[in-house]
Amino acid sequence: MKTDLVSHGQRRAGHVLRRVILIVALSVLAIPFVVPTVWMIASSLKPLNEIFQSPPTIFTDSPTLAAYAEAFTFQPFARQYFNSVYIAVVVTLVTMLVASLAGYAFARIPFRGRNVLFFVVLIGLLVPSEVTIVPLFQMFTQAGLVNTHWPLILVTALAAPCVLATFVMRQFFIALPGELEEAARLDGLGRVGIWWRISMPLAKPALSAVAILTFLASWNLYLEPTVYLTSPELFTLPQALTRYADAYGGEMWNTQLAAATMTVVPMLIVFIIAQKQFVEGLAHSGLKG
Amino acid sequence: MTVTIVETREAPAGASRPPAAPSRRRFWSASRRDQLAGYLFITPQLIGVVLFVLVPVGLAVWYSLNDWNIFSGRLEFVGGDNYADLLTDPQLPSVLLATVVFSGGIVVLNIALGLGLAVMLNRRFRGVTFFRTLFFSPVVVSVVAWTLVWGFLLQDNGGINGALSVIGIDGPNWLQSGDTAMIAVIVSQVVRSVGINMVLFLSALQGVPSELHEAARIDGAGSATIFFRITLPLISPTVLLTAIITIVGALQAFAQIAVLTGGGPGLSTTVLVYYVFQQAFEFNNIGYGSTLALMLLTFVMLLTLLQWQLRKKWVFYED
Repeated sequence: MKTDLVSHGQRRAGHVLRRVILIVALSVLAIPFVVPTVWMIASSLKPLNEIFQSPPTIFTDSPTLAAYAEAFTFQPFARQYFNSVYIAVVVTLVTMLVASLAGYAFARIPFRGRNVLFFVVLIGLLVPSEVTIVPLFQMFTQAGLVNTHWPLILVTALAAPCVLATFVMRQFFIALPGELEEAARLDGLGRVGIWWRISMPLAKPALSAVAILTFLASWNLYLEPTVYLTSPELFTLPQALTRYADAYGGEMWNTQLAAATMTVVPMLIVFIIAQKQFVEGLAHSGLKG
Repeated sequence: MTVTIVETREAPAGASRPPAAPSRRRFWSASRRDQLAGYLFITPQLIGVVLFVLVPVGLAVWYSLNDWNIFSGRLEFVGGDNYADLLTDPQLPSVLLATVVFSGGIVVLNIALGLGLAVMLNRRFRGVTFFRTLFFSPVVVSVVAWTLVWGFLLQDNGGINGALSVIGIDGPNWLQSGDTAMIAVIVSQVVRSVGINMVLFLSALQGVPSELHEAARIDGAGSATIFFRITLPLISPTVLLTAIITIVGALQAFAQIAVLTGGGPGLSTTVLVYYVFQQAFEFNNIGYGSTLALMLLTFVMLLTLLQWQLRKKWVFYED
């Protein structure tokens, strides 16, 4: 055995050295992950003329919040912010409800045609949104819903992101032990009661994963708002962020970066609230394989 | 796509229900009530998929057989003309090449980097949580915000060339040069999304029993051997799943291209999804745009099918 050939001290030194190499490697790798965000925040605090300074600096001597104020006055940013937040919240809540109902039924209620219908639903995961956007645009035009938030809410809450959520919920509910349900049934609880009072409280990890995934999906929508919305006061944040250009078409970089910085906050809040349960949720969902 | 289908355990008929002889005569027996509850529970989801996925796909097929008449605003039936156009479209080869390079680059880098990071961060040392958070943090920054920042850094006089000039390198105009634009788009997107794969790989690695590693080490196996012979086969289902999710996601990347390069320079970053958007919404070619969209759908389905078949060949399942 190797232990006899290498002294304890040498092994310990090798151990420490490997750890140092690991930490150095990780730190170097982390640069492209961290610098853009730091740069975004730092540049949003700079006056415009300092942004393209050469050699580049990260921090400015004269930080200013002027770009943050400008972000709100150049276009209806507060309104656009509100649009994104309320759409994401509504979509997330509707999806959690729809997906946990369907996921529960597909996992635990025996009914005729269940497996066939489940495969029909899974098709929703397979079809890229770009395939359906043209027909959906025509459908929503017919319905008079173009240039409203309805397409963004309905399609996101009920189509692909919701199907992923249904799948996650189904995997979770399948893994739940059946004894609790049997006990509840003997006590006279119906299906709705069992679902809501017994299974849902146990499903918190899966629900957190669903909440994060759905919120992310809605928050990042770009193609759909670009296609459906034309009035600036209806815009969502991803769309609004690309509209910061002065009268000559020049980019207002510090204003744009200030606005971009502000859009991170809600995602951060969602992650902080749900992250503890998130990994656990993925582990239970079968997503981990 | 992401289906690890676990067969539902059917409760043995009648075993779960109280042996209610009288209730059997009532129309709403327990099993009928279950049937009804099942259908009602799935109705909202089913309506969503039918209305917002199946019907639109059907319509897309119909549009692909028609041409959009700008003057009347109506569709005109042209049969297979749009499909014939696929063969003669001089731009399509470049678009398909860009799509393959983009998706392939994203998948390979994403899996390699995600797995590498997960292995490095699947140990106990001080600061491990800190590093995990760092690598995950771009996920929190929305796609468009992240892409804007990279667009800013990648400009001719932007931060990356500024940093390079400090060490005496004159960097290219990343987004305006046909050679570098695609690389720039791929790298910025891999960095943004690899955190999610890292988390998936981490949770898979934590499921690998450590006794196996110890046994192999006692038998004299080195770290590389242990990784390729033991760890990798054990987490192969996750690798497969991650590959599917990543490649399907890459095939659908729109915001990244639209914000960073607008498909340029030339057609060097015009991937299929972006081309569909241009044809349908910029050039009003609803028919041809739908034909291209169906081609995209075919690719996604073939890839999913292929990976599903491969799964039987090389994916290792513990049980």
